[in-house]
Amino acid sequence: MTEASMPAPSAPRQRVSLTAPDARTQKRKAAEARFRMYGVAGIATGIFFLIVLLVSIVGSGTGAFQQTFLNVSVYLDPAKLDKNGNRDPADIRKVSTFGYTPLIQDALLKQVQDNGIETPLEKRGDMKAMISASAAAQVRDVVIDNPDLIGETVDFRILASSRVDGYLKDRVKREDVARDKNIDAEHLDLVDALIPLGVVKKTFNMDFITGADASESRAEAAGIGVSMIGSFFMMLVVLVLALPIGVAASIYLEEFAPKNRITDLIEVNIANLAAVPSIVFGILGLSVFIQFMHLPQSAPLVGGMVLTLMTLPTIIISTRASLKAVPPSIRDAALGVGASKMQSVFHHVLPLAAPGILTGTIIGLAQALGETAPLLLIGMVGFIASNAPDSIASGLLDPNSAMPAQIYEWAKRADPAYYERAWGGIIILLIFLITMNTIAVILRRRFERRW
Amino acid sequence: MSFVKLTTSALAIAAVSATTAAARDQVQVAGSSTVLPYASIVAEAFGENFEFPTPVVESGGSSAGLKRFCQGVGTEHTDIANASRAIREKEIKACAENGVTDIIEVRIGYDGIVFASQIDGPAYTAFTQSDIFNALAPKVMVDGALVDNPYTKWSDFNADLPDAEILAFIPGTKHGTREVFEEKVIAAGCEATGAMEAMVAGGMSEDDAEDACLEVRTDGRSVDIDGDYTETLASIDANSNAIGVFGLAFYENNTDKLKVATMSGVEPTTETIAAGDYPVSRPLFFYIKKAHIGVIPGLKEYAEFFVSDEIAGPDGPLAAYGLVSDPELTSTQEGVSGEQVMGGGS
Repeated sequence: MTEASMPAPSAPRQRVSLTAPDARTQKRKAAEARFRMYGVAGIATGIFFLIVLLVSIVGSGTGAFQQTFLNVSVYLDPAKLDKNGNRDPADIRKVSTFGYTPLIQDALLKQVQDNGIETPLEKRGDMKAMISASAAAQVRDVVIDNPDLIGETVDFRILASSRVDGYLKDRVKREDVARDKNIDAEHLDLVDALIPLGVVKKTFNMDFITGADASESRAEAAGIGVSMIGSFFMMLVVLVLALPIGVAASIYLEEFAPKNRITDLIEVNIANLAAVPSIVFGILGLSVFIQFMHLPQSAPLVGGMVLTLMTLPTIIISTRASLKAVPPSIRDAALGVGASKMQSVFHHVLPLAAPGILTGTIIGLAQALGETAPLLLIGMVGFIASNAPDSIASGLLDPNSAMPAQIYEWAKRADPAYYERAWGGIIILLIFLITMNTIAVILRRRFERRW
Repeated sequence: MSFVKLTTSALAIAAVSATTAAARDQVQVAGSSTVLPYASIVAEAFGENFEFPTPVVESGGSSAGLKRFCQGVGTEHTDIANASRAIREKEIKACAENGVTDIIEVRIGYDGIVFASQIDGPAYTAFTQSDIFNALAPKVMVDGALVDNPYTKWSDFNADLPDAEILAFIPGTKHGTREVFEEKVIAAGCEATGAMEAMVAGGMSEDDAEDACLEVRTDGRSVDIDGDYTETLASIDANSNAIGVFGLAFYENNTDKLKVATMSGVEPTTETIAAGDYPVSRPLFFYIKKAHIGVIPGLKEYAEFFVSDEIAGPDGPLAAYGLVSDPELTSTQEGVSGEQVMGGGS
């Protein structure tokens, strides 16, 4: 400071009370208050959007957990299903689902007429709009498993078509059906008449949680179960590959590797890899695992390997951080009592760092669980209605989808019923992510030691 | 050490997978997102009725599907490419370079392309190809001269159309739909308005004029949609003045949100498309790699099942979903069962 800028010493100072803040203090306090307000406003905005998001997800998605079913008694006509009359499974198999559709339509029509419901829909074909296309396959599977049922009348709980389901869920409105060629107002009248009889019933839909994907003509039959299994197998591969590789790499880099240019370079590259967009790993997976190593397309094994590449940097970084957090005195003490370097690491440092490593791994897994982009390129997004795998090998190698890929696929489809299912899938995915993150938090809280 | 165990088991998994990698027992399909719904309906019914596993059907666009199809022969490559347009010479050549020579072309039926707008939006109920050309071309005919497109509202060039801002969502260039849109709508409009003649008269060669005809304006009134129809639908939902290009089947599933426009006075329905009255329709195809027949179990059965009367016929599930079934289905069936490859050879 120069002389000139200082106040003249001779000027009399204004007397102010110590309790009354002067202008500068007031300004500073106001600035602090403003800053706090910004913070609160920021948090409030965040919470507001979180609530909007959750409300819209829950509001749009809960419909997927309910489904409309029809209770019909189907007469399994031997003349149609077993022409030779010998109940030979091979012959019964020859009757395709197209042979079963008229039986189910007849059954529903009979139910309508037996109950004396007045409706202009008097033909078998008129019932088509009410029944899901999946019903024929459902009945056929039962008949193939139990050929003795042929000739009897069996009660089935079959899916209603997505339009009927939409009507019970207020998605399909009466005023809109005039131009819809899939359903007429008469069908809706019939549905209204069948509800009190218990033929049409909306109940909890377990099939959505356990079932497989369905094609566009039968949105009502689609479920997320099989892709959930796909996700599970991918996570298994990620865990089995990424955890040992990641931990081994971090222990070496942190405890054994000499600090030189090469390790510096590796370190920089790991940090960079963590920021590489995930689609890049998808392209890498396509060219290396599928085109070069000839692994099968659409297999959770390949998906898991691609996600492993993506998760490794996250795991290495978090593992190194938790190894670093173990104080050097622990290592020195171990070495001081004669432990070898490896003993000091595996007996003392690693157990102490384990909670941090696990937390990092779980968060890495949660990240991988929600990843869609790399799966686009290795054939895991599409119509993959495989049945649930029956063994670990088929779980890893048979084509399957993953939960986020399934949601993406549903969101693209034409039938509005899929929109609801996409949101329902998001709810399930979020439940998984929240569970995993909660486990990570609990592990950290319970086992982490602070020095 | 548990890590050692984990690593060994990981290696074991990799080893197992490497040995089984050679065998793939499900059909792998990729390609047009327009064909995807049909292919998935067939794949599902195929899985239900046959002992073979359900085929895997991916989408991504006709061009992308054919590109993957042409990458080579072997289980790591797809067996079937779905396409909403015929394969191009260039693609056949690319295929041949990678050893994919015997290709079986299967036409499954026809699909209509419709122009639809928000249900509560302006009354876009009747278009001609010239209207669409006038709205979307970079250069149009005004008073007998070819000028930069001056129109901002539909009513500027056709008083019968609503007084609303021009905004159209059209399929992006990777879609097969785009090609049909260009050929059957834009090019037709270009000729009908006389713009093409004016271009030739202005010193352009015929070919250049044809190419110039297919261009669309780039001032933001025509928006390319590279995603699926759901993306177009979302854009239409957000812009009450906009019109969008959809497949007939997609429109029929969303009649509560969209209203469709007639083209040259013909309403798009499966009947008018089958009769050839509705002008904007296109054939849908899939292409089979003959070298994979016999290697991939169920490949031929899937193809035959796809074109069988009970699936692709006029009463089958594909027609119910919106496909216009092919009047020449019988010859297609013969072609598939006889494994007739393209180009007349073998």
